[in-house]
Amino acid sequence: MMMKRWLLGIAAMLAAASRAFANDWGMGDANSKIPPSSIFSPVSTPASDINTLAFFTLAITGTIFLIVGSLIVYSVVRFRARSDDDGREPPQVYGSNPIEFAWTTVPAIIVFVLILITARTIYTVQAAPRPPGAINVRVIGHQWWWEFQYPDLGIVTANELHVPQSDPANPTPTFIVLESADVAHSFWVPRLAGKTDAIPNHRNTMWIDPHEVGTFLGQCAEFCGTEHAMMLLRVIVEPRGDFQRWAEAEKQAPVQDASVARGRAVFESTACVNCHAIRGTAANGTFGPDLTHLMSRETLGAGVAINTPEHLKIWVHDPAEMKPGALMPAMNLEPKDLDGLVAYLATLR
Amino acid sequence: MAGSIEHRIALSAESDHASLPILGRAHEWVVTVDHKRLGLMYIGGGLVFFLIAGLQAATMRLQLAIPNAGIIAPQVFNRLLTVHGTAMVFLVGMPILTGFLNYLVPLMIGARDLAFPRLNAFGFWLWLFGSLLLYFSYIGGDGLYGAGSAPDVGWFAYAPLTERAFSRGNSTDYWILSILLTSVGSTATAINLLTSIFCMRCEGMTLRKMPVLVWLAAVVSFLMCVVLPPLSAAQAMLLLDRFLGAHFFDTQAGGSAILWQHFFWIFGHPEVYVLVLPAFAFANEIIPVFSRKVIFGYSVMVAASCALAFISLGVWAHHMFSVGMAPAGNAFFAASTMLVSIPTGIKIFNWIGTMWGGKIRFRIPMMFSVGFLAQFLIAGLTGIMLAVAPFDWQLTDTYFVVAHFHYVLIGAIVFMIFAAIYYWFPKATGKMLGERLGKWHFWLFLIGFHMTFDTLHFAGLRGMPRRIYTYQPGRGLDTINLIASIGVIFQAAGILMFLINVIRSLRSGKPAGDDPWDAWTLEWSTSSPPPEYNFAELPVVRSRRPLWDLKHPEDPDWKYE
Repeated sequence: MMMKRWLLGIAAMLAAASRAFANDWGMGDANSKIPPSSIFSPVSTPASDINTLAFFTLAITGTIFLIVGSLIVYSVVRFRARSDDDGREPPQVYGSNPIEFAWTTVPAIIVFVLILITARTIYTVQAAPRPPGAINVRVIGHQWWWEFQYPDLGIVTANELHVPQSDPANPTPTFIVLESADVAHSFWVPRLAGKTDAIPNHRNTMWIDPHEVGTFLGQCAEFCGTEHAMMLLRVIVEPRGDFQRWAEAEKQAPVQDASVARGRAVFESTACVNCHAIRGTAANGTFGPDLTHLMSRETLGAGVAINTPEHLKIWVHDPAEMKPGALMPAMNLEPKDLDGLVAYLATLR
Repeated sequence: MAGSIEHRIALSAESDHASLPILGRAHEWVVTVDHKRLGLMYIGGGLVFFLIAGLQAATMRLQLAIPNAGIIAPQVFNRLLTVHGTAMVFLVGMPILTGFLNYLVPLMIGARDLAFPRLNAFGFWLWLFGSLLLYFSYIGGDGLYGAGSAPDVGWFAYAPLTERAFSRGNSTDYWILSILLTSVGSTATAINLLTSIFCMRCEGMTLRKMPVLVWLAAVVSFLMCVVLPPLSAAQAMLLLDRFLGAHFFDTQAGGSAILWQHFFWIFGHPEVYVLVLPAFAFANEIIPVFSRKVIFGYSVMVAASCALAFISLGVWAHHMFSVGMAPAGNAFFAASTMLVSIPTGIKIFNWIGTMWGGKIRFRIPMMFSVGFLAQFLIAGLTGIMLAVAPFDWQLTDTYFVVAHFHYVLIGAIVFMIFAAIYYWFPKATGKMLGERLGKWHFWLFLIGFHMTFDTLHFAGLRGMPRRIYTYQPGRGLDTINLIASIGVIFQAAGILMFLINVIRSLRSGKPAGDDPWDAWTLEWSTSSPPPEYNFAELPVVRSRRPLWDLKHPEDPDWKYE
């Protein structure tokens, strides 16, 4: 009887665990194509500067570790009591001023050097000059997604930041102003730069200067509530021409497709419009992501799922299924309306 | 009439001890003002919370063992991480360490009790009820006594996540009140220790002749008196925000989120030293005794500890390198933080100097102490990496930090707590703890600890932020996290060995005698366990190691000091 109850319990736990595996909405495949976000493989100037300093620090701390670690191991092995010990106490040494002086001054010198080098990197990264070709981006952290605005280009998008590749001869770094709409967040793409917080009532600046084309993963690094773990972002670094083309496309109003008029009507007549904006429609909410070019993004829900119409349907029906705790409510639409709405959203390229 | 029931229990305890032994004995513990009993109650209570908060940690590691796991819901995970962190600091670390100081300081200074025995009891009960409040939030937090509604804002409780707009219900209020109560209790203990140390030392014990542990107890108590009030002030301000519509930290009404961070870390950083200095203190007693040598560089050790406490008050903003301080601010706090490594290095060198040329006996307390030395070395070096502000922009809020501070909190502090338990258990109970089980405990815990926390350094370097309830596959994090989670099994097995050891020793342990380790400080001169009045006759000392003088009349310490 007892046995049976145990087995049932274990089975229930395994079921719960395996259900978890089913929740990988295609992101496993999408992510594994992107190399890990190691801080030691920088592709942008601030991250490279940090990387250089990090290796210098590692060299110093590594050397200290080897020396002091060997001293500990040596004294422990060398001075252990032997079995043939005569039982007499070893000589009592109360201290030594020259030795104390030596092991105070040597670390002090090391620390002094480290402080100077650290300060230099702080200033080179934080006080970097802004070249004329710089791109401006305003990043606003929301519970639990990212808003990206390009004030000079008139583009608003979410969770996926497109920036041009910057080449040393003709740099086009991206300067980022960080803000928050609610609680503290932190913007972090390890291969591009260190993290900078997005704090309400406060404006932070940082910059990236990616010299390699590709997609780089980042995520919110400051605990911001229920779905902190699923506040992911992608930075898509493109050759300058591709970036221009992307920017031109984003500036256009979305295509008006007569075949999805019903879905558009659903969107405009339900609560969707309170939170979301689609340019060229009545929807101008700012609480949720701008959906004008929704389908130009690879992911859904700040990176919880691959952006496909099927996933979109699950999301609109009940976001909690993909992202428990997400602030978007379940829309409770009639199946026909849901299909129409998703068909409409799927045209927003 | 509650009073009358207690009165009856008291009466029956006095008049009829035999018929109600358990109640009678319980009553003795409840009404006690004896520093030794209160010390043991702190330690015992802290160990119970250690088990609970440890199980919470194990649950989090279970969820993180595999990517995209759905074993527990996000909000449940966030509650676990909040309560685990808060409990380990306020309900485990502080009480166990101050419990030891409570127990040891009067014995080591040759006094009959602390200066204010009743204040001591008051502090304990305040602490206990504050602690229970934190766990009570699980049943009383979210309105209608709904189960599972503990605070979910992190132990650092950054504003404005803790404001009404983002933290509804009362779970955050339980967190605030719990911390307020436990820290008022701790402040009381600190005042008590300070007064006792400066006013109640036995004849002959000048400041320069106090054991290093007593010195560190004084430094810690001073630090507690300085840093706990800002924490309490911040909690009171947050309560005002939440209940009376003040706007200190409420950003929606123009408050400052960063102000909270300053308040919190001005407490939070020195708090690390409040926890680690007692661990140093234990090492300063245990390493010399088991190396059979006097501590190397007594005055430098004491001076380094004072310097550490002083510097720790000026480094708090190194927790805030990513909030966007000006370059000068970042450089200042990077520099002040790096200064910490100088006194810390001196201490490590002096411990090595103490072992050097000794005859080291590898009994369990010494094994834990050597583990502490090695792990604290690693913790210190990763600490230097974190002090390098630009490096910290990458490392902060990742698992590298989690690994770093668990090396401090477990690798150093918990290891020294175990060393201290194995070392002073014979004194407190009159029984030895078993060596064989102790070795199992040590090795299992050591292996598990490194499996879990060394690997997490690499998770952080690979871009894994902390405080996340899950991570996606394909990010190079799967193996690291699986190993880290398996390590928990070893740690748990080690703790189990420890519990079995304690229970077996209490029932049928080898009698310890008054001085089982052939040690040198005053607590070993009285019986095990010591009588309620500590010493039949108050001792008189001439040196830092009074029992050494007794045992070696031909070569006493006072000739050299």
